[in-house]
Amino acid sequence: MRTSNPLITVMALVTVGFLYLPLAAVAVFSVNATRYGLVWRGFTLDWYIKLFSNEFILEAAWNTLVLAVVSTIVATILGTILAIGMDRFPWGRKANTFLDLVLHIPVVIPDIILAAALVVAFGLLRFTSSVFEPGLFNMIIGHITFQISFVALVVRSRLASIGRDVEEAARDLFASTPYLLLRVTLPLLLPGIVAGAMLAFTLSLDDFVISFFTAGPDSVTLPLFIFAAVRRGVTPQIHALSTLVVLITVIMIFGMERFTRK
Amino acid sequence: MLWLIVFLVLPGLVLIAVSFATRGAYGQLEWVFTVENYQRLSGFSLFGWTADYIMIVLRSVWVAFITTLISVVLSYPLSFFISARPERSRYFWLTLVIIPFWTNMVIRTYAWFLILAPELPLAKLATFFGFIPAGSPLYPNSFAVYLGMVSMYLPFVTLPLYASVERLDWTLVEAAQDLYASKVRVFMQAILPQTLPGLSVGIVLTFVPAMGMFVVPDLLGGSKYMLVGNLIQQQFGASRDWPFGAAISMGLMVLTMISLQFYRRRSKEIEFV
Repeated sequence: MRTSNPLITVMALVTVGFLYLPLAAVAVFSVNATRYGLVWRGFTLDWYIKLFSNEFILEAAWNTLVLAVVSTIVATILGTILAIGMDRFPWGRKANTFLDLVLHIPVVIPDIILAAALVVAFGLLRFTSSVFEPGLFNMIIGHITFQISFVALVVRSRLASIGRDVEEAARDLFASTPYLLLRVTLPLLLPGIVAGAMLAFTLSLDDFVISFFTAGPDSVTLPLFIFAAVRRGVTPQIHALSTLVVLITVIMIFGMERFTRK
Repeated sequence: MLWLIVFLVLPGLVLIAVSFATRGAYGQLEWVFTVENYQRLSGFSLFGWTADYIMIVLRSVWVAFITTLISVVLSYPLSFFISARPERSRYFWLTLVIIPFWTNMVIRTYAWFLILAPELPLAKLATFFGFIPAGSPLYPNSFAVYLGMVSMYLPFVTLPLYASVERLDWTLVEAAQDLYASKVRVFMQAILPQTLPGLSVGIVLTFVPAMGMFVVPDLLGGSKYMLVGNLIQQQFGASRDWPFGAAISMGLMVLTMISLQFYRRRSKEIEFV
């Protein structure tokens, strides 16, 4: 029965084609020499070259990178601490259920709800400090909030898979708690932490909704830039930018696969 | 944890509080308790009852439902296909599904602009049958929204479903066939129960975010095609009506909770199987 039925093969190939047709179109038209319309006028890399002289795009790329790097670092540290804390210290049953519920919220709710909640919260915080004006700082906080959950879930599954035997052995050999955490638990956890960090980084690069709600005029990221540009009308330059973003995503995915498979 | 409390739980509570507050004349918040926002959402206003907002909510649920259904129907052949590949190329095919999963949704949405452009065969075909006037693109309309939504969420169903299909016990399927079960029955009684865990994860991963989607309807649906996501965005953007936006978000939250509850009950049933 495992032999493939031709009908299934055809449907599967059509489905994959359906997923890739739009992306392929973007890539094709990013090297098309014509500025308007969708008629093929020959191959060119002009649009890519122009990208690097467009200061709006360079600034958006810089913002995206800063946002992703800062939020990933903070979220990875906090998420790891959270995972260790939830797994290794005795919580009451009720507290544990509550923590578990809170942890899953950002993963399961539509991101627009989190975005709306952040807008309202920042709006109120603005009365206390002008730091909370819409902008990069708010975006970083927003990104960290959903990243923590993903990091913590990944690290926790790693914690569960390494078990407690080694740690108990270390305890029996009179390891102190800081020594235990730094020299025993963390090295064992490292693959999980790195996988979580890469996941968080990709999520941040990819995020549109949270950024869209919390961004200010000076903190445009690449997805926001593309969205705004697309509403004005698509240009080959946008295709070129999108193709680059997709390529970066693909590279990230291969990096992640490599790391998690080892 | 403190972070999550401060930036997740508290904003959530604030959101609930704001949904009961009043919008001032200039869009500012006034802390006057009211249930008016919820009344408005359910259609009651000064001018009597209208179904506008209810329609938007129902349409969102409907679009999410159809999107999920189509994605499931397309995911089964795809998962069977991938699991039937030899070990090495299986990894390749799986990566092909993973890449769109991680690709930016704005890019994947606007990419349909190109496919549906008036110069290309799809739009020409539609013109030929008289659906659209000559020279105009195949968007914005509800067809384009479904197209965009399915291509957005398809990997969300395929990946968990594949995980189940890969572990499928084919001897049961063969047994059913040897006993002359019809194809439908083989699927319903030998394949479906075994793949239910992956399938239900896929359904939740698609249905819940699809209800709150706003990029796809915004770009491919045009201004007339409103879903809950667009409505929320409008309140926080152009309309500056936070209390009403908060009330809609709470409505969406309730829908999310209902679907998750359904999923949890299902997953409990699965444990017993």
